[in-house]
Amino acid sequence: MDIFGIPHQALLGQVMLGLVNGAFYAVLSLGLAIIFGLLRIVNFAHGAFFMLGAFVAFLIGRYFGIGYWPAMIMGPLVVGLLGILFERFALRRLYKLDPLYGLFLTFGLVLVLEGGFRVAMGSSGHPFATPDSLRGVVNLGFMVLPVYRAFVILVAVVVCAGTWIIIEKTRMGAYLRAATERPDLTQAFGINVPILLTLTYGAGVALAGFAGVLAAPIQHVNPSMGSDLVIIVFAIVVIGGLGSVLGSALTGLGLGVIEGLAKVYYSEASSTVVFLVMALVLLLRPSGLFGREEN
Amino acid sequence: MLAFGASAASAQISNDVVRIGVLADMSGIYSDLSGKGAVEAVKMAAEDFGGTVLGKKIDVVFADHLNKADVGAAKAREWFDTGGVDLINDLANSGVARAVAAVAKEKKRHIVVNGASNMGITNELCSPYAIHYAYDAYSLAHGTGKAVVEQGGKTWFFLTVDFAFGIGQEEQVSKVVRANGGRVAGAARHPLATTDFSSYVLQAQASKAEIIGIASTGADAVNAIRAAAEFGATKNQKLAALLLWIEDVHALGLPAAQGLLLTNAWYWDMNDETRAFAKRFFERVGKMPNMAQAADYSSTMFYLNAVKAAGTDEPDAVSKKMREMTVSDMFTKQGTVRADGRFVHDMYLWQVKTPAESKAPWDYLKLAATIPAEQAFQPLSDSKCELVKK
Repeated sequence: MDIFGIPHQALLGQVMLGLVNGAFYAVLSLGLAIIFGLLRIVNFAHGAFFMLGAFVAFLIGRYFGIGYWPAMIMGPLVVGLLGILFERFALRRLYKLDPLYGLFLTFGLVLVLEGGFRVAMGSSGHPFATPDSLRGVVNLGFMVLPVYRAFVILVAVVVCAGTWIIIEKTRMGAYLRAATERPDLTQAFGINVPILLTLTYGAGVALAGFAGVLAAPIQHVNPSMGSDLVIIVFAIVVIGGLGSVLGSALTGLGLGVIEGLAKVYYSEASSTVVFLVMALVLLLRPSGLFGREEN
Repeated sequence: MLAFGASAASAQISNDVVRIGVLADMSGIYSDLSGKGAVEAVKMAAEDFGGTVLGKKIDVVFADHLNKADVGAAKAREWFDTGGVDLINDLANSGVARAVAAVAKEKKRHIVVNGASNMGITNELCSPYAIHYAYDAYSLAHGTGKAVVEQGGKTWFFLTVDFAFGIGQEEQVSKVVRANGGRVAGAARHPLATTDFSSYVLQAQASKAEIIGIASTGADAVNAIRAAAEFGATKNQKLAALLLWIEDVHALGLPAAQGLLLTNAWYWDMNDETRAFAKRFFERVGKMPNMAQAADYSSTMFYLNAVKAAGTDEPDAVSKKMREMTVSDMFTKQGTVRADGRFVHDMYLWQVKTPAESKAPWDYLKLAATIPAEQAFQPLSDSKCELVKK
């Protein structure tokens, strides 16, 4: 059976791959959405933290012989700590200024981190082996799916759902939401909002670091791996609705699929289709698919 | 008339300095292939030459073209117009190299292309001032492409990076495939610096072609090869990487890269001379030189020797000398420049070693075949260059 001249098997394969990419988009845009929601900071450094996560996994493997599974914990932990330091000593000073300053600072951090890693580690990148237990492929009939990619989808869904539950169903999440709406009032109730902000930034970039570890066996570990991704992830957050956690995750998965389809039907457009959707959404629904109208 | 005579007698060197500009990718996807290594190679040549030519200082400057043709062309214009640059070297990235070749032609100044493959340099964009030195799309196609077709790979599907380099490469190999009775099943074009090749690999698998031709290089080629292995494409199909660098093999690791064929003009472990150069380079850059960086060194020496022989850096006199002289150094034992600007020398087909065969770091390649100079490059009779007498 052909769909618009493409065999349906090939189409199913591309949708499946779109889901894998969408899984990365979802985890990355999730962190971005949380940070924007609470801190009102457009965290341009998100891609750089993603890259850092992958490098942490690579470097602790190379110098300490630490494998993939511990790296899944240590990667986000190290990246989260660096994020906390960055928020505490740099980003915090900008909250009272125009949001543009935060954007500039995080963008500057990207340039420094990427440039530094390029000098220290080279631009060609480094191989990162898939863990033995996740090697091999499953034959789905319409395509051969590497086990690791299936694992990525699974993990991403669990992480996104977990984050959503924390934000929507726990006391901690309630504080967080309260601080997002009315920081002054939340503070008056005796909740330490500055610490909440620091931890939120740390958790947001830790998610990026986690995605970096997940990506390491798929993309080879190199300094520019984040910068290509972050622009798309920004578009996804805008389409999903700035600050909307669920919206970002769903949009991430959906756009992964749309991108996959573009690769089959008109491959040259695959790098622009996300922005086309963004332009359309902004025209028709400026607050994003899942965003609320703000005053 | 009087002024002309006076200047010709006293100042054979313009601005009292021979300035060589290295226009490279210093920070992007190709910065390992060109970048700092290219700058150091040219500096090594200037130092080895003695630091001066005809009693005037040799000065090396460099700039980052950011892989953008307009940025590269603007820098070349600035260097030629006001920077006193006599020769621009390296020029990684085909889009940039094409743009700068046009500028060189207009300004009548020298360029040497070492990091780009586009055939335009020695065809429609040719000039007495441009030399295409290390390799080109034809030589790569007739090295790797031909070897693979001769081994029985008759149907091809290309994964092509969507700009001058990839498209030119696909074109050249397609010609070789068809000329040898093969068929091109299709191609998927991907943007520069693609990280996820899975969907392109799926298309290549669906095409059922025997060979997946990878018409990209650097990180793109590395990612494409990894994705092909991950999705099991290598079980039923073979990969042919059309431009693979020693750095790419390093990034892939031997377990993933072993057995791949690649065409390179030079490899660090060919003989005592190449090893000696590589050792000095390694001490400065921290990695082994690739063929373009070796060519950056060799071509800079060649240019300086031509200036010395001509007794001036006046572009036409130097151009004439370069087309008369023969190069014999660590890069090639017998290299000459043709009328279309093609620097002709032997090319080599290499195979990546297995992990067991590799005895030391960077010990990656073994020689599969030598492609003699006269077969390695586009025949002069096929060149569209206006300088070629027909």
